[in-house]
Amino acid sequence: MTEPNWIHASLTTARPQAIGALLRYFRDLDTAEEAFQEACLRALRTWPQNGPPRDTAAWLVLVGRNFAIDATRRRKKQQTLPDEGVISDLEDTEAPLAERLDNANYRDDVLRLLFICCHPDLPTTQQIALALRVVCGLSVTQIARAFLVSESAMEQRITRAKSHVAAAEVPFETPGAVERAERFAAVAAMIYLTFSGGYSAGGGADARMPLCDEAIRLARLLLRLFPGEPEMLGLTALLLLQHARAPARFDANGGIVLLEDQDRTLWNHAMIAEGLALIDKAIRHRRAGPYQIQAAIAALHARATRPQDTDWAQIDLLYAALEKLQPSPVVTLNRAVAVAKVRGPEAALAMIEPLGSRLSHYFYFHGVKGGLLSQLGRAAEARTAFGQAIALANTSAEAAHIRMHLDRIERDSSATAARPVDVHRSGLE
Amino acid sequence: MLYAILCYNSEDAVGAWTKADDDAVMAKLAVVQGRLAKAGKLGPVARLLPTTAATTLRKSQDPPLVIDGPFAETKEQLLGFYIVDCSALDEALEIARDLGRANPSGAYEIRPLRSFEPGNGFR
Repeated sequence: MTEPNWIHASLTTARPQAIGALLRYFRDLDTAEEAFQEACLRALRTWPQNGPPRDTAAWLVLVGRNFAIDATRRRKKQQTLPDEGVISDLEDTEAPLAERLDNANYRDDVLRLLFICCHPDLPTTQQIALALRVVCGLSVTQIARAFLVSESAMEQRITRAKSHVAAAEVPFETPGAVERAERFAAVAAMIYLTFSGGYSAGGGADARMPLCDEAIRLARLLLRLFPGEPEMLGLTALLLLQHARAPARFDANGGIVLLEDQDRTLWNHAMIAEGLALIDKAIRHRRAGPYQIQAAIAALHARATRPQDTDWAQIDLLYAALEKLQPSPVVTLNRAVAVAKVRGPEAALAMIEPLGSRLSHYFYFHGVKGGLLSQLGRAAEARTAFGQAIALANTSAEAAHIRMHLDRIERDSSATAARPVDVHRSGLE
Repeated sequence: MLYAILCYNSEDAVGAWTKADDDAVMAKLAVVQGRLAKAGKLGPVARLLPTTAATTLRKSQDPPLVIDGPFAETKEQLLGFYIVDCSALDEALEIARDLGRANPSGAYEIRPLRSFEPGNGFR
């Protein structure tokens, strides 16, 4: 790795903690970001010669804070700054500061920073854009690309979101237990949505793919701060287990490869190992939650070396538990896919029929329905359902995939060989 | 004499490497390992999952306390280890230097082994 690369990596790593601490100090997002930016410039100048400081985040906070204070003074008095040699030696001041920036402080700083991005008045796309810009440090260009909008439109969106949160007055005191739990839930939801944004992308070189990596980075960050929180373990495990399949989800032409047709040797086995270890730890707490259940479902898929080894009965039970905890037609739809495997397509079809009114605009509903109907040999009805699915497809790959099912019905008018559309995607999609 | 070479690095920093960066470092390390294996000096090698995957059993009370997370919160974490067979410390240090050249940052602790059980040889 080249030198600028490792400096860049440590600056990116320290960013959430450093900006979080600077925000607590200045209580203003723009000032905090500007201070951090200056500290980074200074790091790029001095680290190549002096080597990295022992505590990167503490160094950046200190340098950034000094800069912002000086800038304020300068604005007030129009005085010139002392030159760099005169600024006190950082080695002396780093130690006591590092002590004050202990983990407890960092924890609430980072959580507050993330929480500010999740302001309920902001639409989710703006929440995510703000978090990617402020917390992850992605450039506006990168974020604009991920959301498939122009750079100027994204710039405007982020500026608007920032002025919105600036006016929102999030309290800066250390939060109480209830407050902390609420912030935690909002942030976890935002991370999950960030991941979904990337996961529903077209695969390959799609500009939305980095959203998955950033979401996993945020989840890991939060997990390190809350190591014993079962839902945080569950969320991180879920994202890792889902993302592990990314290399196998699309073929060379960008076409969708169904879970049961995927080359499982292409799955990222280091990610799977990590995900399984985390869900294992979460279950030990015996405090089930939606993220843990979804991760447990993803874990069952990951553990199956061959598609026929999948424990569909267990997946059915887990979806039933998820339905109780978080009732939603999409969860029931996902459950129906497992039910089709365990009890057959008829039972599954009976399960999803009542969802029709609520999921009439949902691509996967019609895809699953078409799949089940064609399994039952009801070709005409299947064709109608697949037709509706194509009309609702979100990507060209989705449409192409359904068209393949239609072709199969045409080829084989008995349609008994057709398989259901794959949606057991743990409620994510 | 057998030595453990314990690899410490900031897992935040290592976690921020791109896949290409990680693969490049691993490829360089594999060259060093290949050389050691050829010379019959290489024992078990392990790369550990992040400390978020760690669980610690503390025997400070009865029954022992099970804690999520690593044994100690440190700036740099134990990320993996090698067991190598060397004639003396100098040789072990030389191996650590070779590994260090393949890796952009971090530290290696060289620790002689008091005893070594190869186990049942699972892979």
